Amino acid sequence: MTQRFIKGWRPVAVLLLFILLWELCSRWFDIPEWLLPPPTLIMETGINSWSDYAPHLFSTIRLTFTGFMIGVMFGLLLAVFLHLLPSVREALYPLLILSQNIPIIVLAPLLVIWFGFGALPKLIIIVLVCFFPIAIAAMDGLRQTNPEWMHYMKMAGATKGQIFRKLEWPNALPSIFSGVKISAAYSVMGAVISEWLGANKGIGVYMTLASSSFRTDRVFVAIFLIMSLSLLFFLLINLLENKMTSWQRKGGGAHE
Amino acid sequence: MNKLVVDQLTKSFDSSIILQNVSFSIQEGEFVSILGPSGSGKSTLFHLIGGLYPPDSGDIYINGERTTGEKGKISYMPQSPSLLPWRTIMENVILGSEIIEKPNKAEALKMIQQAGLEGYEQAYPSQLSGGMKQRASFIRSLLSPQSLICLDEPFSALDEFTRMDMQEWLLSIWTEHQRSILFVTHNIEEAIFLSDRVIVLSDRPAKVQREFKIPFARPRNSSLMLTREFLNWKKEIFEELKVLV
Ligand SMILES: Nc1ncnc2c1ncn2[C@@H]1O[C@H](COP(=O)(O)OP(=O)(O)O)[C@@H](O)[C@H]1O
Ligand SMILES: [Mg+2]
Repeated sequence: MTQRFIKGWRPVAVLLLFILLWELCSRWFDIPEWLLPPPTLIMETGINSWSDYAPHLFSTIRLTFTGFMIGVMFGLLLAVFLHLLPSVREALYPLLILSQNIPIIVLAPLLVIWFGFGALPKLIIIVLVCFFPIAIAAMDGLRQTNPEWMHYMKMAGATKGQIFRKLEWPNALPSIFSGVKISAAYSVMGAVISEWLGANKGIGVYMTLASSSFRTDRVFVAIFLIMSLSLLFFLLINLLENKMTSWQRKGGGAHE
Repeated sequence: MNKLVVDQLTKSFDSSIILQNVSFSIQEGEFVSILGPSGSGKSTLFHLIGGLYPPDSGDIYINGERTTGEKGKISYMPQSPSLLPWRTIMENVILGSEIIEKPNKAEALKMIQQAGLEGYEQAYPSQLSGGMKQRASFIRSLLSPQSLICLDEPFSALDEFTRMDMQEWLLSIWTEHQRSILFVTHNIEEAIFLSDRVIVLSDRPAKVQREFKIPFARPRNSSLMLTREFLNWKKEIFEELKVLV
């Protein structure tokens, strides 16, 4: 713990130095506030207008979380389904990989045309961006089972269900979590972009309003909120991962 | 009664014959070793007995019942320990029994202690040394409900000192539990030291070359390996293997 703290101070120092430089520059060169507000002003706005943006923030959190959960569930279900049906997987897997190269976000205007401005098209966007990284990571993890363990399980008389529960699923967990982390980052981005397309609440909306009235300080507050949200999300998943795959960090061999 | 009968087993992969008309049997409570060079098809033989894939021809009988191509009939210890890294040692050793029935944790705990792994019940395999992993893996096969245990070169990856320890340990625990064991190895000394009978396989394709009945009394300990009689046996089996090369 102390070691991590000692190692951690360097990036923190760089960050503080950067903020200090920013503050000094905006004072020395008299940069107008609508162009680049100083960090102190951004902080002030952030504290003072909490009641302004809080509803937006909670709306975005709710949207992100709902979309993310549905996306994860769909991704895992598809992965398990395709894993159990290898011939279908062979047909769909290349298409899934290909679809990863399409920025799903570009489909957003189309979704608005089809589904209007309600919650549905926004959820669909988030689900779509979350879905693929998880499905692919889970499929890869499920497929990469050590053949020796598989032989053992089969010769021990394990049923297909037992092999899945006791071997393939736990074996795929680390891979699944790496997919979940990518999806988490995507889901926050997906939520904000979907709000830009038309919504009456959300950090994306707050941001659009702020930028159209040249309240750059508020734009920065929004950016900061989005970054914090992403980071918080990532940390939560990391925590869950450490709990569920704690065996990965133990070890290094007793005495060989 | 015969615990295991292997009858005229033939198996080929991609048109190269690996096993050809392999026949032998194991009595109840007997310790039999199969000795053959690396790549001769020993693991393949186990996979056939374990029902992982069917033979081209021939049959397998366990406890008088034809089990050709059926899984779950033997307790198997693979060449590498194959402990699941996300399970603790306790969870790992009960895996084999868990698949068939409700595992007996009290029994498992006793075995873990007997194997000198006390205090490691909640440890993960990555925290154990090679010898400890092999012991855990062996306990797993002892705790499995099937009465025939098949061990595939369990000690070949260990250093000489650990291997000696493990051989004596295996014998001591086997005397206590009296199970039928089929043991595969490419080490002549190991085969003689452990077994009631040694079956020598020929190379490419593997056939039963010869069978040796090892008369040494039990319990045996490692000083046996230094006796003249032991060396004579070693020589005789070595000659037999040399014929093959
Ligand atoms: N599934 C398989 N497909 C093709 N060839 C195989 C397969 N399994 C084993 N073999 C071949 O059979 C031979 C015997 O292998 P194996 O039984 O592992 O030997 P051993 O255990 O005696 O060292 C090897 O040449 C190996 O390449
Ligand atoms: Mg082998």
